[in-house]
Amino acid sequence: MDSITSAASVVAAGLAVGLGSIGPGIGQGTASGGAVEGIARQPEAEGKIRGTLLLSLAFMESLTIYGLVVALVLLFANPFAG
Amino acid sequence: MVPLPFSLPFAALEVGQHLYWQLGGLKIHGQVFLSSWLVIGALLALVVAGTRKLERDPSGAQNLLEFLWEYLRDIAREYIGEKAYRDWLPFIGTLFLFIFVSNWGGALVPWKLIHLPSGELGAPTADINTTIALALLVSLAYFYAGLSRKGFRYFEYYVEPTPIMLPFKIVEDFTKPLSLSFRLFGNILADELVVAVLAFLVPLIVPLPVMFLGLFTSAIQALIFATLAAYYIGEAVHEEAH
Repeated sequence: MDSITSAASVVAAGLAVGLGSIGPGIGQGTASGGAVEGIARQPEAEGKIRGTLLLSLAFMESLTIYGLVVALVLLFANPFAG
Repeated sequence: MVPLPFSLPFAALEVGQHLYWQLGGLKIHGQVFLSSWLVIGALLALVVAGTRKLERDPSGAQNLLEFLWEYLRDIAREYIGEKAYRDWLPFIGTLFLFIFVSNWGGALVPWKLIHLPSGELGAPTADINTTIALALLVSLAYFYAGLSRKGFRYFEYYVEPTPIMLPFKIVEDFTKPLSLSFRLFGNILADELVVAVLAFLVPLIVPLPVMFLGLFTSAIQALIFATLAAYYIGEAVHEEAH
């Protein structure tokens, strides 16, 4: 791998994870806030809310994970390494 | 395909290094096969031990198995529905148990003690091929569930509520296995990488909380995979109230 390709790959991997975590971070904050509000309003529904919350958090988290997969491909299985 | 530039006492972390077996024209990742056989063997041993002498007041392994069965039945019943969940409970349960035991086995067993000529034993789910196979099984399962329950009326689902949804629903059939497999693979590999990097920086005590977090997320990932499989199957067998 020549040096410009590896430099670009490392920068791109960092950007993929960094930028990819902004949106899901905001989304997870909103979702957790809503869940806390729901529990405060209706404490007896806590179990159901917690289950749904964990499931939707994992959905959002998978968006970050896609960025991570791209980063891992760039670092360990770079198709442009030639 | 570079190994990480460091080695650890109980687990070498080598991304992209495998123990290759030649099978006809195929090159297969032997370490994944070995560790998944170990996982399957452990599960079979537990199930056989737990069901050999059934008692009215369950204790020990039988108690654990009954708890697991009820837990999985609740998931299947909630997402697939009262009518069809019995047919799909074994599938959902197998997926959950295999992924759960794989994830925890990869984190808890000191695999480095078993020396391989190349590559390293670890969680089978940290290999993208395993997770893609599981995700494609889920795809086949929900197509089969829909077609066998509704026949060709299953394809009405693609044009409901409006035909405008058709392209989106077709794309969804491809993104479902993609996201299922990438989510599981990425989470498990990310856990292993984070623990490895922390253990490289500070070998003692500091990685422990991250390892517990890893155990938690990998248990959640097994639950998510099983729940989503159940949800997709439930979506396919769901009868619209016309």
